[in-house]
Amino acid sequence: MADIHVMREGFLPPKQPPRRHLISIGDLRREDVERLLGTASSFSRSLEREVKKLPTLRGRTVVNVFYESSTRTSSSFELAAKRLSADTMSIKAAGSSVDKGESLKDTALTLGAYDPDVIVIRHPQIGAPQLVARFTDAHVVNAGDGKHQHPTQALLDLYTIQADLGRIEGVHVAIVGDVLHSRVARSNVQALALMGAKVTLVGPAPLIPRGIEALGCEVFHDIDAIAAADVVYVLRMQRERMQEGANYVPSLREYTARWGLTPERIRPGQKVMHPGPMNRGVEIDPRVADAPEALIEAQVRSGLVVRMAVLYDLLTTGPVPVEVTEPLEVA
Amino acid sequence: MLFMKKGRSLEDLVVRGARVIDPAEGLDRVCDVRVDRGVIAQLGTDVDVNGHRVVEGEGLVLAPAFVDPHVHLRVPGGEDEETIASGTAAAAAGGYCAILAMPNTDPVVDSASVLGSLVEDAKAEATIPVGFLAAITRGQQGAELTEMVELAEHGAAGFSDDGRPVVAPGLMRRALQYHRITGRRLALHCEEPTLSKGGQMHEGAVSAELGFSGYPSVAESVMVERDLSLAAYEEAPLHLLHLSARESVDALRAAQARGVTATAEVTPHHLCLTDEAVRSLDSNLKMNPPLRSAADRAVLVEALADGTIACVATDHAPHLRHEKEVPFEAAPFGVTGLETAFAALYTRLVEPGLLKLETLLERMSAGPARAYGLEPPRIAPGATANLVLLDTERAWRVQEDGFRSLSANSWLLGQTLRGHVRLTVASGRTAFAA
Repeated sequence: MADIHVMREGFLPPKQPPRRHLISIGDLRREDVERLLGTASSFSRSLEREVKKLPTLRGRTVVNVFYESSTRTSSSFELAAKRLSADTMSIKAAGSSVDKGESLKDTALTLGAYDPDVIVIRHPQIGAPQLVARFTDAHVVNAGDGKHQHPTQALLDLYTIQADLGRIEGVHVAIVGDVLHSRVARSNVQALALMGAKVTLVGPAPLIPRGIEALGCEVFHDIDAIAAADVVYVLRMQRERMQEGANYVPSLREYTARWGLTPERIRPGQKVMHPGPMNRGVEIDPRVADAPEALIEAQVRSGLVVRMAVLYDLLTTGPVPVEVTEPLEVA
Repeated sequence: MLFMKKGRSLEDLVVRGARVIDPAEGLDRVCDVRVDRGVIAQLGTDVDVNGHRVVEGEGLVLAPAFVDPHVHLRVPGGEDEETIASGTAAAAAGGYCAILAMPNTDPVVDSASVLGSLVEDAKAEATIPVGFLAAITRGQQGAELTEMVELAEHGAAGFSDDGRPVVAPGLMRRALQYHRITGRRLALHCEEPTLSKGGQMHEGAVSAELGFSGYPSVAESVMVERDLSLAAYEEAPLHLLHLSARESVDALRAAQARGVTATAEVTPHHLCLTDEAVRSLDSNLKMNPPLRSAADRAVLVEALADGTIACVATDHAPHLRHEKEVPFEAAPFGVTGLETAFAALYTRLVEPGLLKLETLLERMSAGPARAYGLEPPRIAPGATANLVLLDTERAWRVQEDGFRSLSANSWLLGQTLRGHVRLTVASGRTAFAA
């Protein structure tokens, strides 16, 4: 027979705080971003030492699940976890049970059974990270979900701008290209607006989502609109997402001629960023990509320390706000 | 045209002291209603109980039971999601005395043989009368008309390619011309497929932020305008399914003013929700047409109130749990609604003063019946008893295990609603009692 324990409230163990996730920039407050960038900055100093590994997350487990191909995001998450002494495990959709038709819910339950502390997920479908958060007890980090969000990319871009220009507030960033299919653009518009930067979107009308101005940006279709910007952020022309015959642009050739970033189109001192991977000669002229004004390699370096900061923040005290699934609000 | 399981006894019943509302009869007073062998016999105070079963109706509303012109019963082919038995039981629990089922099944209801087997099933298992629409085109492929006359002779309640538009204008015109010989209604799903292609939700600020491919309002309204133009030219009547966009309502209103015989329906979810709700990424907020803007919602409510839109239709679309437990983009379109429609609309529209109770009752009963040429349920001596007894005070929580439907993909899960069905009498028989 089971014992019956009568417990007074004071003896109950403290309630577990709700799990914190990083799923969308929209879930962050300005002070959260400032704290994360500050943490990243201190990690960057620690990486200048000869022994680069920190014991901070020893004994913690970080699982990377990538349903889409990735070089820089998956490698930097893995290295970030290792630099903090966490155990890491990386799973790619190809060659996994996903090939056998396993649902995302079942994959989440399977990985959740190992009690990982963090699950980093990239998935081609919007909302996949929320689903994983619903079915596991791990902290979930969104490493890109469809066309929705890529919050660590936006954070590393903020970090890069802060490091190079010394500020984010008041900086004018022009984001050029295929905004429609870009989770990087969505996350960056939100993040830059949150931090007080001015954001201008530039691209052909079919590649700019209707209603995007509501996120706090201006929209122009002519490339001349980049002239006043401090930073020109070039988006990848996502050929793999272009549906056959969709006619977003008549041809890549015409796109490059009208919107490609050439040396003639930037003015001295203007900084150039690109989330990678680049299509040299399509959205960005190789001479621009390799010029000293390009911050593209700095972005990759920022990615490591920013992802370290995110993992650290989720697993220690820092309150990255919870992405709470609110009860449905009926209009 | 409507079929149900016979054999259950016709009701001898007195509902005592309820507020009896039948907008079509101009009736709104507290009185007793006596039903003799399934037929309304007497309205009045202190009616002779005559040994009948007595239901105390004090504080409750007695109204003509509801008619749902748009239900997916999933048979044949999707019996794990819904059957005629479960779907009609769910409808009865929602206060319905008749429903119409859509033909986008597997196989499609496009031949007398498929229709005939459904009719047989309905006679064996339907708790309330159910009618079956047949397809406009074979296999709903939009290429060849179905044998409409034969289908009507075998009991088709109307014709629809619901779930798909009739894309080719020439074929749409032929359907408008030909179907009239059947006397049945043509019900159109208005969606221009090249404009809605890949669309996951309403195109606007929310889709721009979330990154979903947009399904713009104009994808619906451009087809509504086309079909109304063709109907005007052919002087043919038509019924527009599940309108969602204000531009569609504008077009409908203008066509009606020009004398086109066009009816239309709107769903509870389009009347209660906007695209803002999709921010939750809950796959039970994914439906076709999608939830639209606050301005669209306001126009839909107004059009329902002024009668431009004559019917509430649930578009009850059951799906298996695991089909919806996937990222939003991978989930199928559709939500259930039979068991929650009245409560949702009472709570979200009537209580806040956006719609009168009498209007809601009319749009859920006589409105849809008339749109399909069915005899409207009414509360008058001599009429077949089709009654719903409603408790508008009782609040209840929508829960996954509380449905009679085989599926629980409701947009209202976890919500508390006011308005509870106590009793449903359909075709003179008690179909549901709480």
